[in-house]
Amino acid sequence: MANVRPFTTNDVRPDPAAPLGGPAGKRMRGSAWLNLLYVPALILFGVFIFYPFIKGVQISFTNWDGYNQDFKWIGGFNYKRMFSDPDMGRVIRNTVIYGVGSAFLQNVIGLAYALFLNMNLRTRGLVRTVIYLPVIISSLIMGYIWYFFFQYDGGAINDILLLFQDEPSNLLGDKDFNSWIITFVNTYQYLGIAMVLFLAGLQTIPKDYYEAATIDGATAFDRFRHVTWPLIAPSLTISMVLNLIGGLKLFDVIVAMTNSGPGYASASMSSIMYLLYFGREDAGYAATIGILMFVMISIVSLVALFLLRRREVHA
Amino acid sequence: MGRNRKAWATIASLAICLVHILPFYILLTTSFKASDDLSSKWVFPGYLYLDNFSNAWQEANMLTAFRSNVVVTAISVALIIVVGSVAAYPLARYQTRWNKFIYALFVSALIVPPLTILVPLYKFMVDIGGMNHYWGIILLFVTFNLPMTIFLYTGFIGTIPRELDEAAMIDGAGRFELFFRILLPLLKPITATVVILTGVAVWNDYQFSVFFLQHPHTRTITVALASFFGQYNSNIGWVAAGSLMGALPMIVLYLFLQRYFISGLASGAIKG
Repeated sequence: MANVRPFTTNDVRPDPAAPLGGPAGKRMRGSAWLNLLYVPALILFGVFIFYPFIKGVQISFTNWDGYNQDFKWIGGFNYKRMFSDPDMGRVIRNTVIYGVGSAFLQNVIGLAYALFLNMNLRTRGLVRTVIYLPVIISSLIMGYIWYFFFQYDGGAINDILLLFQDEPSNLLGDKDFNSWIITFVNTYQYLGIAMVLFLAGLQTIPKDYYEAATIDGATAFDRFRHVTWPLIAPSLTISMVLNLIGGLKLFDVIVAMTNSGPGYASASMSSIMYLLYFGREDAGYAATIGILMFVMISIVSLVALFLLRRREVHA
Repeated sequence: MGRNRKAWATIASLAICLVHILPFYILLTTSFKASDDLSSKWVFPGYLYLDNFSNAWQEANMLTAFRSNVVVTAISVALIIVVGSVAAYPLARYQTRWNKFIYALFVSALIVPPLTILVPLYKFMVDIGGMNHYWGIILLFVTFNLPMTIFLYTGFIGTIPRELDEAAMIDGAGRFELFFRILLPLLKPITATVVILTGVAVWNDYQFSVFFLQHPHTRTITVALASFFGQYNSNIGWVAAGSLMGALPMIVLYLFLQRYFISGLASGAIKG
């Protein structure tokens, strides 16, 4: 590293906290060299995110099949097709269920578990370990594990149902119900994240707040409403946004449990893209759905972030 | 809290554990059950039967898949650490208007799911010949894990007092030297977090691997399992055994290092 010393001599005391521009800007010029350090990251971004993204927009205006070199520009046809495609209504409904449904369930159950574990139980460590365990397992494998429960032939749930009925239920084949099963599995797998985030948030609340509230005659509900709830706002923000994004882009569990079926009944935007591209060789249309998904997830996460951050400020 | 209430709460907590562990119980009974044993999945087999494991191991080519997972995960995580920590340093320490913009650019990619650009990415991978090669998917893993890595490192470097930099530089250390000799060792805790978060993500990945590593010689555990499931859908014992073997390394690691797994997630998320 000795050869890089020279340019440290003329700017001995960079003060990044100083206002930018003017003399401070000049003082910082020597450190511009250091910006080289993020160039590798920037190149990777350009090559594997920005360039493909622009390409994707281009492809969405073509009828490219994904393999052939020749394709036609078809203007906004794919977009028109997307908004009049009856399957797409279904796919968007499912995507919203996977996103909003699991984010809601994960946060409600995660918060309940966190409040419960915060009671200083002796079993606390054990419970946390068990509930968080699924988080570290591949969601494809998690999908298979739950498939053993919900499968038609010899599924664990049907074994129980058969005590009350004569025929097994085709739970995963039920096109109005199976997206809820998938939401449930996603919730089961990742609610440990919400729980851990809430637990961390609860631990930052000073004990005297509760004592003071109790002296003032606050009930347990009051204490939750006026002390806990506002003060775990940062945990809620991060947990909500993480789970929303996780649910909106759901893919592995769907592939494992229903493979988007029957038909497209349980498809999410990610899983239908996969089917259109590799199953139907409909690359132009698949790229268009990718762009819609990108727009949707960006808007939803930005709105969620904005709303939840505002709540933090008020709290 | 009354002793009685606490006792009930303890019992309730054990009940919750029991419910959450059920899927793993079913995974065990299914993977140890002989294919001609048609008893319920709730019943643990009263005999020792390991054929599911040996069959799944061979048919799904698990050894090759494990090797792929180890190679891809190790190299990806190492590159993520190097490229990410080095990139975060100027972003945390020299917050010019330009660098703030670059930082925002990196972090905003956190919300872009890689799958949204799957089609062009796939085409691009074919064009550069990265399909079915480790290096191709490794570059993708590195890129798509960088936003979080840069976010975590930049936040963490921001908590290290600048006086330390200044003191080191007065002692004549160059900026690069300062980073590698003095800051980098201080980054150990956040590096542990990044290793765990990105390691788990890369090891468990299916949504990328299924597109970019389909070849039987390079495919990873999840891809091998998925194609195995497609083939032997009716032989659920094999699928269960394969799933168990695929999940086991992470489970073992988690049980030994769970403190780091859990606190890493919490500290990483809350600090941001």
